[in-house]
Formats: sequence, C-alpha cells, structure tokens
Amino acid sequence: MSQTVQSSGDKPDENRRDFLTLATTAVGVVGTGMALWPFVDSMNPSKDVLALASVEVNLSNIAVGQAIKVMWRGKPVFIRHRTEREIKEAEDVALNQLVDPETDDARVKKKEWLIVVGVCTHLGCIPMGTATGEPRGDFDGWYCPCHGSHYDSSGRIRKGPAPKNLHVPTYTFLTDTSVKIG
Amino acid sequence: MSAPVWNNKVVKWVDDRLPIISMVHHAAYEYPTPKNLSYMWNFGSLAGFVLVTMILSGIFLVMNYTPHADMAFDSVERIMRDVNYGWLIRYLHVNGASMFFICVYIHIFRGLYYGSYKAPREVLWWIGILILLAMMATAFMGYVLPWGQMSFWGATVITNLFSAFPVIGDPLVTWLWGGFSVGNPTLNRFFSLHYLLPFVILGLVVLHVWALHAVRSNNPTGVEIKTPQDSIPFHPYYTIKDLFGMGVFLIIYLYFVFFAPNFFGEPDNYIMANPLSTPAHIVPEWYFLPFYAILRSIDFEFLGIPAKLLGVLAMFAAIIVLFVIPWLDTSKVRSSRFRPVYKWFFVILVIDCFILGYCGAKSPADPFMGLHGLQVITVGQLATLYYFLHFLVVMPVVGKMERPKPLPASISESVLKGGANA
Ligand code: HEM
Ligand code: FES
Repeated sequence: MSQTVQSSGDKPDENRRDFLTLATTAVGVVGTGMALWPFVDSMNPSKDVLALASVEVNLSNIAVGQAIKVMWRGKPVFIRHRTEREIKEAEDVALNQLVDPETDDARVKKKEWLIVVGVCTHLGCIPMGTATGEPRGDFDGWYCPCHGSHYDSSGRIRKGPAPKNLHVPTYTFLTDTSVKIG
Repeated sequence: MSAPVWNNKVVKWVDDRLPIISMVHHAAYEYPTPKNLSYMWNFGSLAGFVLVTMILSGIFLVMNYTPHADMAFDSVERIMRDVNYGWLIRYLHVNGASMFFICVYIHIFRGLYYGSYKAPREVLWWIGILILLAMMATAFMGYVLPWGQMSFWGATVITNLFSAFPVIGDPLVTWLWGGFSVGNPTLNRFFSLHYLLPFVILGLVVLHVWALHAVRSNNPTGVEIKTPQDSIPFHPYYTIKDLFGMGVFLIIYLYFVFFAPNFFGEPDNYIMANPLSTPAHIVPEWYFLPFYAILRSIDFEFLGIPAKLLGVLAMFAAIIVLFVIPWLDTSKVRSSRFRPVYKWFFVILVIDCFILGYCGAKSPADPFMGLHGLQVITVGQLATLYYFLHFLVVMPVVGKMERPKPLPASISESVLKGGANA
C-alpha cells in the first residue's frame, strides 16, 4: 500500500496517516463517551423518582399567622398563612435593599398564602420559623440555624450567606382552601 | 542490592515465575533505610495498619448492614445490640476512621517539617495527597451510612456545596443525589463507593510505597543517604521499631474503642435521619473541621465571585495548594531543623490549623474562646488568611531570605555528633 501513496511528497504517508490517527482517536473518544453515558445517566433521578406525585394540601386548618410544612419530592414546603402585618412588611421593602430582588407580588398567587420550598438556598438546611415558637430571624420570616441566613415574610434572603430567595414551587389553587403543589 | 538466592525449592520455583517474593524482600527486608529515623517515621506504617483494619472491620460490618433509607439506621442499631461482637467491630471501624486521620495528619506535618515533598520526592508527595483526598471522600460517605441526623444533614450540606458552581451546579447536585434531595438513591450510591474507595486507596498506597522505594526515605537531617554507612536494612531495625510503635498506637486506639467509643462522635447521629428537621448545630467529623472553617469564613464576594462559590473554591484550594508546594518552597535545605526562621512559621502553621479546627466546631457568631467582642468568624477568617499566606508567601519568601544553619556532611556525621538532639 505504501508504494501507491509515495507520490504525496518526500515524507511518505504523512497526511494520510495523521488523518487516520486523528480520525481513529476521535472515534475512540466519542465512542468511549457514548459508552460511558448510560452509566453516568443511571445516577440521575430515575423514572419512579421523577414520577413522584404532586401533593394536595387542605388549607382550611391553618389559622392566620400559622404555617405548616408538607413533604414534596423529598423536600419540605412551607405554607404560611400571613398576617396583614407580614404582607405589608413584604410589600413595603424597596427592591434595592434585596440581595435577590423580587417583588412580593411575583412570589405569591394569593397575598395571604406564601408557599415556598423550605430548603435554605445556601447549603440546604431547613430554616426554622414554621412551627410556632421557633426563631423567625430579623425579618419575620425564617432563620437558618446552619450558617445564619435570615429570610423575610416573603421568603426572600435578607441577611447571611444564602445567595437566593427560597424557591417558589409550581402550585395551583384548586379551591379557596386547597392547593396542589407540583 | 543483588537479587536474593532462595534455598527453598518451592520459594525459588514461584519466585522464578513471579518475582513477588523478591519484591517483598526488597521492600520490607533489605530496603536500605537512613539510620537516624525518629518516631515521626512510624506513622506511615501505622496508617497502613489502620487501612487494613478498616477494610477488615468494614467487610464484616457489611455482612449485617442494610443500605436502605428505611432500614440502615435500625441495621446499625442491630449490629450494636444483637450481632455477636457487632459493637466491637463497629467501634473499631468508627474509631479507626479517627485514628486513620490522626496518623495521616501527623504523617503529613512530618513531611512538611522535614521537607519530604522536595525533589526528588514530588510524585511521592502527590500520591500522598491523592490518598488524603480519597480518604476524605471515603470517610464522608461512610458517615452517611448509619443514616442518623448528622449523616443526613452532613450529606445535605456537603453535596449542596456543588450547587455553588454556575450553570452546572444544580444538575450536578441532582445527579449526585439521584433525586431532588438526599434520599435512598444517595445512600445506595454512597454505600457502593464507600466499599470501592478503600481499595482504590490500597492501590494508591502501593504506588506510594513504590515511589518511596525509588527515591528512598527522607530523614531528620534532610541529607540524602551518601554511603552505605548512612543506612541500615529495614529488617530487623525498622520492623522492630514499627512494631513497638504499633503497640503504643494500639493502646491508644483500643482505649477509645473500649472506654470512650463515642468520644469522637456526635450524639445527634443516634437519632434517625429526619428530612423535615435540621439539627440546631451541624458539625462535620473532627477531621474535616479546619476545612469547614475555611469554607464558612468566606462570607463576602470578591471579583464578582459570590461568597458561596468562593468558600467552596477556598476549601478545595486548601488541599490543592499542597500539590504545588514542591515549587513554592524556594529553600535548598530540606529539614526545618536547619532552617531557623522557617521553623517558627511551621509552628505557627500547626497552631493555625488547630485554631481553624476550633472555629469549624463553633457557630460563626459565637465568641472565640469565650472572649467577648471577638467572633469565631473573624478569627476563622484570619486563620484562613494565614493558611494561604503560609504556602503562597512565607514558603517562597522565607526560602529566599533565610540563612540556613550548616548542614552535616552526612547522616553518619550527624549521628556521631549527636545530631539527633538538634
Ligand atoms: C479507608 C478506609 C475507611 C474509612 C476511613 C471508613 C470510614 C467510615 C466511617 C467514618 C463510617 C461511619 C461510622 C459510624 O458513625 O457509624 C463508616 C461506616 C461504615 N463503613 Fe467504612 N470506612 C473505611 C472502609 C470501609 C470498608 C472497606 C468497608 C466495607 C468493605 C466499609 C463499610 C462500612 C459500613 C457497612 C459502614 C456503616 C456501618 C456503621 O456506620 O457502623 N468501610 N466507615
Ligand atoms: S444552609 Fe442555611 S445558612 Fe447555610
């Protein structure tokens, strides 16, 4: 074979060989990557985990000023029946005072109900302030004991190391007193 | 070092076909060892001993452990109460982890003091740091297995660290968990990896010893072996010294196993994991505290990098920096025994690491050692600063400026002049 390609110059085969080596290497790398992918992807959430049903919560038993925790996708969701004062506090804050600026309006569907994922956006602890008597931090919301993050009555980060507001999950009100999360 | 001649026919037959007996003979028998090694050189073999203990006790724990979120906690309690000697095997494993880190930390600081990371031992040093990283991963995942409150919340906080990375952060954490929070899939994969990694460590240890035997042991003078007079064969001199050290070590290790088995532990880990309630105070195992303190001390953003990401980067950097110290240290002298200035910075570094450990164990807003007006976080920040200054500034600068004491001509000379007291 080498005799027929000699013509390409005084360094026989160079281009053709380089090309073959490169092409083989590329196929090898892509092939290995493709073979690895199923293993990597097997560590992602499986279908049964993804299929975790949404939860329906009855709100009629939550008095004004009270809050509850429900489990959704293995995480707690805080549902707080806010008082007039808490709503007003949340609405009155100027956006430029916020670490992660968001209006209260954008975070609730009905003013009196605040629904947020109860996972601190710093490193994932559950902030305190849902059960009566727990510390609510300096802003009438939640206080994370792990590294001292304070959230306000709209679940927005106000002080401490957490970078983001508590997440708002997708939810829909089925009736005035029942909500479906997820 | 000529190949030994084996008299026993069977030994010879095997060795001719697979020279494994010669290899072990070279490594553990005739290996020419500096004749002036101090007890600081015991901790390598001790760490190896603990590794074997961990693997053995681990294999027996697995026979009774159930890696499922609903059953793991109870299965560990059953090991403690019902399995014959289960308590002993578990306490050997639990305290073994602490002993492992004690040995390895002493081993590392020994290397730092005597300049064992410098040429030609850089690769040996790197493999050591890889072992440290693998140990940390192993111990972290092992701590999750009993599925107590600290297991669960420690896992939550540490895996969440990866969410600090932009863009890939959240998908990465979901991938690590195999779900939307730490749960059964997380426990299962941690169990799988906790079983695997110790054997990876074992492989790394083989490479570590291989590299050691290629470049030979350093010694308290930092002067290389020059003539045969400088060395003695490993056996019987150091086999006996290592054995003696092991006896002392076992007294300490077993004291904890039998008389204070939960000394290093957290009572909260005897409460089953509850995803709805975070313990008031989350602390990692003691051996992670200095790194945890570095992580938490970064509560400010810098160059547009948010605090959370910066903290994570600083924590990893604290270990990564060890890889490059062979080039950061500009001094031509290995042993700090002959480095009158650097010696004191080394002492400061050791104290600094203890202070970091203390800060890691306390809440950031607490007063430091009960001193009012001085917060743990502030001290943690200063200690973090020194940690990095030590490697990035002190090492290069002091190495250049310091005038070392005269080195002995050889190991033998130093021994004859009573150099061991210097
Ligand atoms: C590098 C060596 C190892 C280290 C540093 C290590 C570390 C740990 C730690 C810190 C724990 C938590 C102990 C507790 O609080 O209960 C643990 C648990 C466990 N480890 Fe390991 N381990 C090692 C090797 C192994 C091996 C080789 C196996 C299996 C072959 C194993 C099996 C287990 C099991 C089943 C548990 C859960 C039971 C328990 O918590 O007591 N470990 N390990
Ligand atoms: S996890 Fe909440 S402040 Fe760190």
